Amino acid sequence: MILANLPALQVVIPLLAAPICAFMPTKKVAWLLTLVVSLLCLVISLNLAYQVFYGSPISYHMGGWKPPFGIEYRVDTLNSFVVVIVSGVAAIVSIYSFSSIDNEIEKSKQPYFFATFLLCLAGLLGMCMTNDAFNIYVFLEISSLATYALIAMGKDRRALIASFEYLVLGTIGATFFLIGVGLLYMMTGTLNISDLSLRVASSPFMLQMTPIKAALAFIVVGLALKIAMFPLHLWLANAYTNAPSFISAFLSATATKVSIYVLIRIIFSVFGYEFAFGEMNIAAVFVTLSIVAIFAGSLVAIYQHNIKRMLAYSSIAQVGYIMLGLSLANQLGNSSAIIHLFNHAAAKATLFMAIGCIVYRVGTARINGFNGLARKMPITVGAFVIAGFSLIGVPFTGGFISKWFLLNALADAHMWPIFAAVLISSLLALVYIWRVVEVLCFKDCHPSNNKVKEAPIMMIIPMVFMAFITVFFGIYTEPVIDFAMRISEYLFSL
Amino acid sequence: MFESFNYWISILIMMVGLFGVITRGNLVKKMISLAIFQVSVLLFYISVGTVERGAPPIRSTKLLPPDRLKELKESGVIKGEELLKADHIMQFNDVGQIYANPLPHVLMLTAIVVGVAVIAVGLAIIVRIKEEYGTIEEDEILKLDQEFSKMERENS
Repeated sequence: MILANLPALQVVIPLLAAPICAFMPTKKVAWLLTLVVSLLCLVISLNLAYQVFYGSPISYHMGGWKPPFGIEYRVDTLNSFVVVIVSGVAAIVSIYSFSSIDNEIEKSKQPYFFATFLLCLAGLLGMCMTNDAFNIYVFLEISSLATYALIAMGKDRRALIASFEYLVLGTIGATFFLIGVGLLYMMTGTLNISDLSLRVASSPFMLQMTPIKAALAFIVVGLALKIAMFPLHLWLANAYTNAPSFISAFLSATATKVSIYVLIRIIFSVFGYEFAFGEMNIAAVFVTLSIVAIFAGSLVAIYQHNIKRMLAYSSIAQVGYIMLGLSLANQLGNSSAIIHLFNHAAAKATLFMAIGCIVYRVGTARINGFNGLARKMPITVGAFVIAGFSLIGVPFTGGFISKWFLLNALADAHMWPIFAAVLISSLLALVYIWRVVEVLCFKDCHPSNNKVKEAPIMMIIPMVFMAFITVFFGIYTEPVIDFAMRISEYLFSL
Repeated sequence: MFESFNYWISILIMMVGLFGVITRGNLVKKMISLAIFQVSVLLFYISVGTVERGAPPIRSTKLLPPDRLKELKESGVIKGEELLKADHIMQFNDVGQIYANPLPHVLMLTAIVVGVAVIAVGLAIIVRIKEEYGTIEEDEILKLDQEFSKMERENS
C-alpha cells in the first residue's frame, strides 16, 4: 500500500508537514519534524531510485485518474536522480539548520521558517516528480514563493531587496514558462509530458508550426531565468549573499538544479533534442552563453570581498559548465552535465555551510575578517578546502570527474577552443578559491579572532559529511557515473 | 488580424505590464505592473479555450448561445414555445451543442490563485522594506545600500 504510493508520498509528506510545522511551539520540535520529514523524503527517494534503476519507469496516477486526463507522476532514472540530490541535500542541511539559525532568525519566527523550508522542499520535489506541464508551473511557484520568503528572512536588510528582485524576475520567468505551456497546449490539446511528446512528434508539420517554436522559446527563456543562466543571473548573487546561510546552502545545491532538470525534461521529452539543439540551434546559444557565464562568473568571483557573494558568482560559472555539457547534445556531454549536477550540489552546499560556520562564529562573511581562522576552526576550513578543490576539479574529488567527462565530451566533439577555455577557467576557479584559502590558512590570526572557537557540533557534522560525499564520490565514482550514463542513454533513446 | 484579436490584446497587456516593471521606480507600482503582466496570461489561456460558437462549458440544458438558438428556430427544428420543454433541448444537446474547452479555465483558476499569492508576498516584502529603509523608491534604496556598503568597506 505504502510502497505503491511512494511517488505521491514523496511530495505530499513535506507539503502536509509544512502547516503542521508552522504551529509547533518551539524551535526544537519544529526542527525535529523538519529533520524527520526530510529524512523520510530521502529514504523514499532512494527507494524510488533503486526501483527505477533496476526496473522500469514508475507511473503513478493521481487519484486513480488515467493520464492524459489526470495528473501523472512519473519516476524515471533522470528525475529519481535529481530527487535524490534534492532530498539528500535537504536532509543533510536541515541538521545544519539547528544551530545555524540561532543567530539569524528570531526565536518566534523559527517554526514558520522551518515550515517555509518544507514548502520549498515540497515544491522542488513536486517539480521533479510530476509529469504534467502545468503542474510543473504550480510547483515551480510553490517553491519560488517559499524561496522569496526564506531569502527575505536574512539578517541584513539587503535581503529584502534581494528577495524582491528575485520575486520580480522569478515571476517573469515562471510566467514565460506558463505562456510556453499554454502555446503547447494550444497546439496539442494536452498537458501530460509523455502525451505531449507523442503529439508533437506525431506529424512532421507540427514542429514547423510557429506556436511550437514560440513555446520552445518562451519555456527556455523562462527556465533560463530560474536557472540563472548568464545574462539572466542578476537575482542570484544578491539572493544567495543575503539569505540565511542554511538557505544559501540549500538553494545553491537544489533550486537551480531542479530548473535545469525541467529544462532537460522539456527539451528531451517534449521537443526532442534534434529539434531543439539542431534545428532551432539552441545549442549554439547555450554554448556561447555558458562560456561567457563560466568566465564572467569566475572573474567576478575573484574580485568579491564578501565570500558568500563570491560563491554565488561561482555558482553562475558552475551552472555554465552544466549547461555547456548539456548543449553538446551527445551522450558524453549530457552525462557530464548530470554528474556535475550532483558534484556541484555537494561541493557548493559544503562551501556555503563552511562559510555559514565562519559567519556564525566571526559574524561577517567578508574576507578581511577571515585572517588565520584555520588555527581556530580547523574542521570548517578543512571542509572548505576540500569542497573548493572539487570546484576547481582536483583529482580525487567529485569535481574532477565531471570536468574529466566534460573535457572528454568536448574532445569528442572536436571543440578545441572550448576545450582550452574550460581548462583555463579551472585556473580561475583555483584563483578565487586559493585567495580565500590563503587568507584562512597562511595569514596571522587577527587579534579580534583570538577567541573564535570551532562551530557547534550540529553544524560540523553535516558539513563534514557533505565534504566526505564530495571526496567519496570522487574516488568511488561508479554509482554516479553509472547512473548518469543510464540517464543519458535513456534520454537519447526518447 | 481580428481572428487573433484576443492574442494581440493579451500581448499588449503583457507589454504594458513588462514596461511598468522595467520603468517604474516605485516598488508598489512595480508590483502592480507585475500583476498586470501575469494577468495577460489569463486572457491568453481563455482565448485558447474558446471554441467558435461554443457555449459556456456548463452541463446545463438551458444554455444555448443566442445565435445558435436563432439558427435552430429558423431551421425549424424547434418552434417557439417548444423550447421550454426540457426533453427537446436535451436532444439538441446530444446532436449539435458545442462547448468551449473548460480545461484552460480551470488552469487559470489555479493561475489566479498563484498570482494573488505572488502579489501578497511581494507587497508583504515591500512593507518590510518600508520599515527597514523608510522608503519604497528604488533609487533611494539603491543610494542607501551603496552608502551602507561603502561604510562596511571602510570599517573592515
